[in-house]
Amino acid sequence: MPRLSRRLAPSAVALGSCALAGCTPLNVLAHDGVTGSRETGLGWFLVIVSCAVVCIITILVLAAYVRSRKRRTRDDAVFAGRSGVPWVMWGGVVIPGIVLLVTFIFTIGTLDAVAAPTRAPAATVKVIGHQWWWEVRYEGTGPSQTVVTANEIHVPVGQPVRLELTTSDVIHSFWVPALAGKTDIIPGQTNTTWIEARHTGVFGGTCGEYCGAQHAHMQMRVIADSPGDFQKWLADEAAPAAKPADPTAADGLRVFMTSGCANCHTIRGTGSGGGVGPDLTHIASRTTIAAGALPNTQANLMGWIVAAQSIKPGSDMPSLPLPSRDLQSLAAYLETLR
Amino acid sequence: MATLAPIATAPVERLHDTWEARPGLYGILATVDHKTIGKRYLVTSLVFLVLGGIEALIMRAQLTHANAHLLSPGAYDQLFTMHGITMIFWYASPVLSGFSNYIWPLMLGSRDMAYPRVNALSYWTFLASGIFIYTALCIGQAPNAGWFAYAPMTLRTFDPGLNMDFYALGLIFLTVSTTVGAINFIGTVMKMRAPGMSLNRLPIFVYGTMTASFAAVFSLPALTVAATYLYFERHFHMHFFDAAQGGSPLLWQHLFWMFGHPWVYIIVLPAMGMVSEMVPTFCRRPLVAYPYVALSTIATGIIGFGVWVHHMFATGLPGVSMSFFSGASIIIAIPSAIAVFAWIATMWLGTPVWKTPMMFVAGFVVLFVIGGVSGVVTAAVPFDWQVTDTYFVVAHIHYVLIGINVFPVVAAFYYWMPKITGRMMSETLGKWNFWTMFIGFNLGFFPMHISGLLGMPRRVYTYPASAGWGSVNLITTIGSAIFAVGVLLFVINIFVSLRRGAYAGSNPWDAGTLEWAMESPPPPYNFAVIPIIRSRLPLWEDQLGDATPGLIPGEGHSHVSEGVVLAEGRETFGTSPLEAHPLHVLHMPEDSMFPFLLAVAMLGTAYGLVFSLWWLAILGGVGMLACLIGWLWPRHLVTGERA
Repeated sequence: MPRLSRRLAPSAVALGSCALAGCTPLNVLAHDGVTGSRETGLGWFLVIVSCAVVCIITILVLAAYVRSRKRRTRDDAVFAGRSGVPWVMWGGVVIPGIVLLVTFIFTIGTLDAVAAPTRAPAATVKVIGHQWWWEVRYEGTGPSQTVVTANEIHVPVGQPVRLELTTSDVIHSFWVPALAGKTDIIPGQTNTTWIEARHTGVFGGTCGEYCGAQHAHMQMRVIADSPGDFQKWLADEAAPAAKPADPTAADGLRVFMTSGCANCHTIRGTGSGGGVGPDLTHIASRTTIAAGALPNTQANLMGWIVAAQSIKPGSDMPSLPLPSRDLQSLAAYLETLR
Repeated sequence: MATLAPIATAPVERLHDTWEARPGLYGILATVDHKTIGKRYLVTSLVFLVLGGIEALIMRAQLTHANAHLLSPGAYDQLFTMHGITMIFWYASPVLSGFSNYIWPLMLGSRDMAYPRVNALSYWTFLASGIFIYTALCIGQAPNAGWFAYAPMTLRTFDPGLNMDFYALGLIFLTVSTTVGAINFIGTVMKMRAPGMSLNRLPIFVYGTMTASFAAVFSLPALTVAATYLYFERHFHMHFFDAAQGGSPLLWQHLFWMFGHPWVYIIVLPAMGMVSEMVPTFCRRPLVAYPYVALSTIATGIIGFGVWVHHMFATGLPGVSMSFFSGASIIIAIPSAIAVFAWIATMWLGTPVWKTPMMFVAGFVVLFVIGGVSGVVTAAVPFDWQVTDTYFVVAHIHYVLIGINVFPVVAAFYYWMPKITGRMMSETLGKWNFWTMFIGFNLGFFPMHISGLLGMPRRVYTYPASAGWGSVNLITTIGSAIFAVGVLLFVINIFVSLRRGAYAGSNPWDAGTLEWAMESPPPPYNFAVIPIIRSRLPLWEDQLGDATPGLIPGEGHSHVSEGVVLAEGRETFGTSPLEAHPLHVLHMPEDSMFPFLLAVAMLGTAYGLVFSLWWLAILGGVGMLACLIGWLWPRHLVTGERA
């Protein structure tokens, strides 16, 4: 409980009742990660200093107004007055010079502290930005141990994880506010960053660089599991898709293979190998679909399949006018892919 | 004390005939009068301000609540791009050029700018490029990749329409206007000052525009190159930015921000200069720490070239280079702090008179500081990784561009409109104008800091209710609507003043600088006699006596109403750059159609290039060549006479 209140208190104080970390998942000041908390510490320093400077200047301007009102009796004759240079030397050079020097030292110190983790990373995750979703790959020792998923990054709690960021099209930016600031993903280069969650939980993230029509719908989540849960998740994900267990699901697989889905999507173990859209081998284990646009429910899956272009206009996913029987079988099948 | 020679001794009628533009269409299109050009700049840029404002209001309507469907994503992308480039390129800089164009020769004691026909060209290309870029919006293919236009999203693979062709060509077109305008300002400040107006007697406004002009000349080539590369890559299959073909997307970012950050100072330094003119007038004393403010203006312009990478902290650059650019971006706050304390000290050590311009100036000081400190926040690299590309930066850029550009510009309209039109603007309406704009602005834009800290990215056309940004955005929309009402009151006040404003007389604010010496509006020749300047505030010498800044004991006082007549044709003095010793009598050019025709030919070329109508592009090119030949054709003029 004290831990929770320590996390919530600063944002509650600063940002008012609606700004509790709980109802604003991307809150910059509600940190959990090792780099995120460093960055937020620097942020609080900057915010407090900034507010103090603004208050002092506002008071000086208002006081000038009040003073002039009191002395309103004299005429508007021009006069030479005092030189006033000490104002400029103290207020414009010496005091801001000291404050800015402290800011710079704090900045450089933080920059150095977050540059690299102190321990070897527990895992390396490849994150590939696409218009408009995230491909997530855990390269194992062989193809059977390689995990490919989308829009959700599982990490072991309390351990640094290295991220290798590339893009298949335009510039994107990887950003999970609670864990780390942005790292741009730029064609032709591999940028790396690292994250380390201090507590288990789900941390929201989104694309931080304008990347086209559906930039608004390019979310992802980082899920910090206990190391045991993480290893289990990794093993589950590496396995091929479960065989359909009932006739409806089997019919759903038929629909998937024959209606064009397999041209763009892969479900490992079925013979499908499309690489345009997200790997669906374990789609039912994910919490959202369409890069965070919708919660992952059967109804939303069906809605997405038939009306993707009205939910996320411009994306590569077409609106597929499937007969309702086929649609229901397909959704039922996808639901079995845990 | 200057003895007032009767004005009738100067051949006023002859001067009038010499300098006035011919009536009719020819006069309208061919005039090179800096006052006419300045007024056109002001009106045109206000039109662009209103257009950009309408685009912003439509976006605010879309963002008022979560999951709104007023705009399609494509329409939203065009609107935020057009809003950005309209405000940054077609409003913020041109409006300052308008004031500088109108006020400079009056302030400097000259009869025109150094290159009057280039001045006309600068305006006509500004107008033509604006028409060109708005053609794109009219045909539904406006630029749509953001005003920063990061490659590779601007390449044909991802953006196959004409949208970014309009962007590239429109900006190249506009840089012609801005570059020749900047050269004209530099030439004017170096050569066209009244005798005796040495560098230590220049108004700060002149320092502001001069610094901005130098910065423009050195920074705009980077933009022109980048936009040309973009056009070539899109049309001729070159590969400057396509990583798959060996190009570099970061090349665009470096070129763009090498231009882009100096540009921020280009659109604020002249505005800060205008503030440094208004503060002394309304505080009834000379500006505190004038040399420090003048030097900090120049220092800002120089340091402004060393901070561009702070737009690129998240691109994966090495720590050492980020530290350097972080340091430079933090240090640049010092010259601004000097200016702020000079204004505040002038208020404290003077007796402020709270007319409308002074209200806007005082409001500006507060907004400037908010925009300044949030700039320091984004200079701190690790925290910038969090707030960059969020609404925090949207708040910052608007505190900078509205706070440091729009507020001083509105103040300057209240301050100089009486000189320009001869009529005062309403004080009552002015106070309403100030409070609606100030409250609306802060209500609309301060919450953007908070939505940014709550993680709202920039340039999203909608957001989910679960993000928790609904109430902040509602407040922002309400604030921006109030701000829009404030701008409307301002425009109404201009129209009311034109019809019914009280007559201003020559110097309604009892100000000290030279532009208030002649009647309002000024005659076509500005000064019946060329004044001789002996202090920084020639019109306050009567009141301040030997305490007038810049006055050298024993050198005598300024002469404003008597001096050299120079009425044999369009003549004014050419003076030396430092001390403003008169060197030549300059024969200024007559009115000319060539600047207008050249701009028309350029517009034709631009349309030809964007629509791939090569015959039109070639025809325009030939037209441009013909205009230049006509323009430069030798005339029989006696030049360079010793004075």
